[in-house]
Amino acid sequence: MSSLTTNYLAPSGREEAWRFTPLSRLGGLLDSAITLADSPSLTALDLPQGVSFSKIATAPLSQTTDEATLRVRAAVALTSELSIASGVEVSEPIFLKRTVKGGVPEASRLVVSLAPNARATVVIENVGTAVIAEEIEFSLGSGSHLRFISSQEWDATTVHLGSHHAIIGKDAEFISTVVTVGGSLVRLLPTVEYSGTGGSAELSGVYFSTSGQHLEHRMHVDHNVPNCKSRVNYKGALAGENARSVWIGDVFIRAAAEGTDTYELNRNLLLSDGARADSVPNLEIETGEIVGAGHASTTGRFDDEQLFYLQSRGIPAEIARRLVIRGFFAEIVSGVRIESVEERIMARIDAELDAVANI
Amino acid sequence: MSTLEIKNLQVSVATEAGFTEILKGVDLTIKSGETHAIMGPNGSGKSTLAYSIAGHPKYTITGGSVTLDGADVLDMTVDERARAGLFLAMQYPVEVPGVSVTNFLRTAATAIRGEAPKIRTWVGEVKEAMSELNMDTSFAERNVNEGFSGGEKKRHEILQLGLLKPKFAILDETDSGLDVDALKIVSEGVNRVKASSDLGVMLITHYTRILRYIKPDFVHVFAAGRIVEEGGPELADKLEEKGYAEYVTN
Repeated sequence: MSSLTTNYLAPSGREEAWRFTPLSRLGGLLDSAITLADSPSLTALDLPQGVSFSKIATAPLSQTTDEATLRVRAAVALTSELSIASGVEVSEPIFLKRTVKGGVPEASRLVVSLAPNARATVVIENVGTAVIAEEIEFSLGSGSHLRFISSQEWDATTVHLGSHHAIIGKDAEFISTVVTVGGSLVRLLPTVEYSGTGGSAELSGVYFSTSGQHLEHRMHVDHNVPNCKSRVNYKGALAGENARSVWIGDVFIRAAAEGTDTYELNRNLLLSDGARADSVPNLEIETGEIVGAGHASTTGRFDDEQLFYLQSRGIPAEIARRLVIRGFFAEIVSGVRIESVEERIMARIDAELDAVANI
Repeated sequence: MSTLEIKNLQVSVATEAGFTEILKGVDLTIKSGETHAIMGPNGSGKSTLAYSIAGHPKYTITGGSVTLDGADVLDMTVDERARAGLFLAMQYPVEVPGVSVTNFLRTAATAIRGEAPKIRTWVGEVKEAMSELNMDTSFAERNVNEGFSGGEKKRHEILQLGLLKPKFAILDETDSGLDVDALKIVSEGVNRVKASSDLGVMLITHYTRILRYIKPDFVHVFAAGRIVEEGGPELADKLEEKGYAEYVTN
């Protein structure tokens, strides 16, 4: 680990990985003169049988070149580990509670580990004021199933750099839903690699960027073994002056990964002038022996035909707009499959809509 | 008794070459309970008439008037027109992803009726209306028009007609893309609404086929942006036999 930290160099902004990010707004998270506080900021309450949560000294499960993640690894001595034992099926979602230091640059590291044939849902609700760099690694044993929900409902000044890396075992399934509505700057890296054949990853997310917010999501799916599947579906809405979003979808199908089935999609809805959405899908294919590979990216204005249709049924324009925007997000939010969380997310989206109603 | 009155309606649409006049002075009066068939060749402006009355932003009214019981329809927003009692069944109903049919119907009914329908009676009302149109109950959970077949879209339009109970319905080529069975189901749906209310109908069609199921009181031949001949149901028989050739001058 020390060799990694000595390699750390703060990005200049010219690097491909950082070229969209306003580096001046990172609150010191990448400033080598600042030591990040080691923050065990996640706690688990009421753990069901077969589930444990502890602090351990553990080497990272994956390699990374991401500067923020390297900083986390250097700063954190003991990693929080949530483990689900072999064959344990946890029916109720496991909520991890976030406690942050309130503006001091901090680093948090979590490993979620599912033994073979375990099954669980893990929810992290990020609220409050924070300047935080975070790494979460997911290790999915063969035949395991993990549904992961991370919602960023931060206060307006929060800076959040995060890496969510899943290592998906044989015939295992990883389903993640990322919801980013709060924060000044949020940059998340949902990434996936496979450690066995037949693995499946579903990465979905929604974001709603309003004036001055920078919300960035950078997928990387590494199809490194045969017969695995991935689906990426991110949707965002933007409203207000200098509302920014960045979506990068890198999918890499290696020569060995025959039988890969992948599709990624990003849709952005621009609700006002002055907002900007960058959307960059990128598919790199080293073998033609695949089931399918595709991507689509659209960024557009509100669909006037949809508005006309709803209005022609008597629905006032403002309600019609809201119906369409809620519908736009509902496709993904309904995939969370936890009613209380879905309601909370839609309520938060409603609040965003209220705030931009006059735009 | 209500009256929808269209007087000397002139409508243009913006194209790359500037404004093109499509409707060149349309006069038509429809009273409650009457069914008027508007028949004409493709490109004659029939759909423009329908969308202009509904208030589609693509069309610019350059002259004339549309009134509903004396109220200026052209001065109303699209949703105000619907709440005033106008309904347009579209030729190409729009997909609205993420909005379920059930949510959409309830939101529309709430807007039109001025209050949310009572849940218990509403659910039964929707179920019955759907079964009358041979629509499976799973329909309600699907997103509005998304992935619907042509026939399903048209049934969904007529379902709304029955639930929203307008004073006047404009049916824009509701027969297009329907096989005989679907045409019959959709037509019976329109006839049920007519029988149970005082609905006035403007039935826009290219073909006489639908007129076997929905009987018009009046037939108007539409060509080059205006009504060029008017008569009773017998006029449709003449069109069936001779087509539109005599009305189209090149």
